Amino acid sequence: MPKQVTKLIHKYLRHDKKFPHVWCPGCGNGIVLGALIRAIDRLGLEKDEVVLASGIGCSGRMPVYVDFNTLHTTHGRALTFAAGIKLAKPSLTVITVMGDGDATAIGGNHFIHAARRNLNLTAIIINNQIYGMTGGQYSPTTPYGYYATTSTYGNIEQTFSIAELAVTAGAAFVARSTVYHVQLLDNLFKEAIQKQGFSVVEVVSNCHIQFGRRNKMGDPVTMMEWLRDRAVTIEKAREMSPGSLEDRITIGVLADEEKPIYIEEYQKIREKAKSHVKG
Amino acid sequence: MTISRSKKRCLLQGNEAIVEGALAAGCRFFAGYPITPASEISEILSVRLPQIDGTFIQMEDEIASMGAIIGASLAGVKSMTATSGPGFSLMQENLGFACIAEVPCVVVNVMRGGPSTGLPTNPAQGDVMQARWGTHGDHPIVVLCVSTVGECFDVTIQAFNISEKYRVPVIILSDEVVAHTRETVTLPSPDSLKIVDRILPSMPSEWYIPYADNSRGVPAMAAFGEGYRYHVTGLVHDVRGFPTGRPDEIEPFISRLFRKITQGLSEIQMTKSVKMDDAEIAVIAYGSVARSARRAVIEAREQGIKAGMLQLITLFPFPRPAVESVLRQCRAVLVPEMNIGQMSREVKRVNQAFTRVEKYNRIDGQFITPDEIYRQIMKI
Repeated sequence: MPKQVTKLIHKYLRHDKKFPHVWCPGCGNGIVLGALIRAIDRLGLEKDEVVLASGIGCSGRMPVYVDFNTLHTTHGRALTFAAGIKLAKPSLTVITVMGDGDATAIGGNHFIHAARRNLNLTAIIINNQIYGMTGGQYSPTTPYGYYATTSTYGNIEQTFSIAELAVTAGAAFVARSTVYHVQLLDNLFKEAIQKQGFSVVEVVSNCHIQFGRRNKMGDPVTMMEWLRDRAVTIEKAREMSPGSLEDRITIGVLADEEKPIYIEEYQKIREKAKSHVKG
Repeated sequence: MTISRSKKRCLLQGNEAIVEGALAAGCRFFAGYPITPASEISEILSVRLPQIDGTFIQMEDEIASMGAIIGASLAGVKSMTATSGPGFSLMQENLGFACIAEVPCVVVNVMRGGPSTGLPTNPAQGDVMQARWGTHGDHPIVVLCVSTVGECFDVTIQAFNISEKYRVPVIILSDEVVAHTRETVTLPSPDSLKIVDRILPSMPSEWYIPYADNSRGVPAMAAFGEGYRYHVTGLVHDVRGFPTGRPDEIEPFISRLFRKITQGLSEIQMTKSVKMDDAEIAVIAYGSVARSARRAVIEAREQGIKAGMLQLITLFPFPRPAVESVLRQCRAVLVPEMNIGQMSREVKRVNQAFTRVEKYNRIDGQFITPDEIYRQIMKI
């Protein structure tokens, strides 16, 4: 069974073009990519109808490797390009992949407005709690007291909870997983892509090179275990006291709501506008 | 089709004429953010685009607006945004993306006084150099400038045509005077217009090389979702669109970006001459100042002075051949502009001791009147 799953991924990779990839051995990005491909395959989507857009950073390199319509935009702006694509050609399935700094620092404004607007887009945010590609500077999700190349004396900033931020901003579907919980991740991606409306999946990942190394968190496996041990399902979390949820990672579906979908609403505007001309 | 296109003669303001030009050129996507004095363009397109199955969206800022029009263009739809100074500054980042990824799009900048928030309701021409060099790195870009309501219509169509043909973002510089002046214009019938569309790939998808060079230097452009799955990036890329760091791939790529524009200079560089045939004194002007210059030249002629005007429609690539011929012909050249002297610097750059170049500048948020230019001509 695992072998077949691996084979399935190969059908979607641009083997002859840009391999080997740029990610460090043990990086969680490959797990995210695998899960995304499996979700797309299970949904039976044609390669031609999928757009994968990214911003800048390690996650930004993901589109290069897959045989879809792929777009590597500017830092934090993936959702703005994605909005243009989706509005111009609504038949396309438009997925964006971003990092934590990408989506919630430089792209924070675009992220909350995309959630509010409720276009049919899927936003995958790989949260490794650090700026990896640029050399390990602290990000909006680096925990308090942790070390980074720009917080040599310990980080004094408070963190964003990305999934909760998305819920507050009005996203129709919000979920969280870690790169340890791969089967959950497969299912969440599938649900998110299927969702009519703006869907967000935050994936808490490991960056043992830029984050783990400076904070003495060990090798990739140890970091994965750290993710596993801190994870608690949303169902369980609801029964726990807020105090005991500190430092825990809530995984599962945080929000799944029906909201007016932008594309459908805009189609109504077109009909109104046309009747206005005739009148 | 739509309300105003059935009428031929109409009273329009500059911003309205830009909308008419854009729609006639085939623009079907607009993303923007409110800003004075460009907001009418957004407002009118929010009414007009949905009537013809197009799309209007108000984004969260100008960075997002620029990203959205690039996305729509990648999906195969002609697209535009409109803004003014501060918004134009925010667009520079993604404008560079459109340059490197060669995504056709049109950006209207209705100039106002600057820097920063500056003078939101006063005219100025301070964004000339920003339009050319605002985004970082060596890049080709086309900058056009309008002086009348009629030109707002014509030049917007030309902007789309150049953008589509050369796969380059085109900036239209307007200003507060042109944007809000109402004039009677006769719009040509849609059939009489020459509309250019980007060249689509005709080969099977497995043969498609998205950034392959050809004699024109402009590769065919596939829209997303049409079976040509390829990669688009803001990184320097090889002919297949994938990032590269190889010097032997970087240099030909950047060179091609410039070559494709250089090869089209005769078509891209547009100027208008007024009474230049026997002129001894020339005014080189652009934008709303060209309106005043035209009047001043006519009045100087009435006084027996052989004055003429060269109006620059294309500011960049700088129309050097036309400017040089004026410099060779005249004993003095005056460059009036509502900035500290951005275009006069370009004129002086190409003036190899041919003649005397005088500048006349206003940086007080006030329009340069015909009288002022007339007095300057008389001084010379």
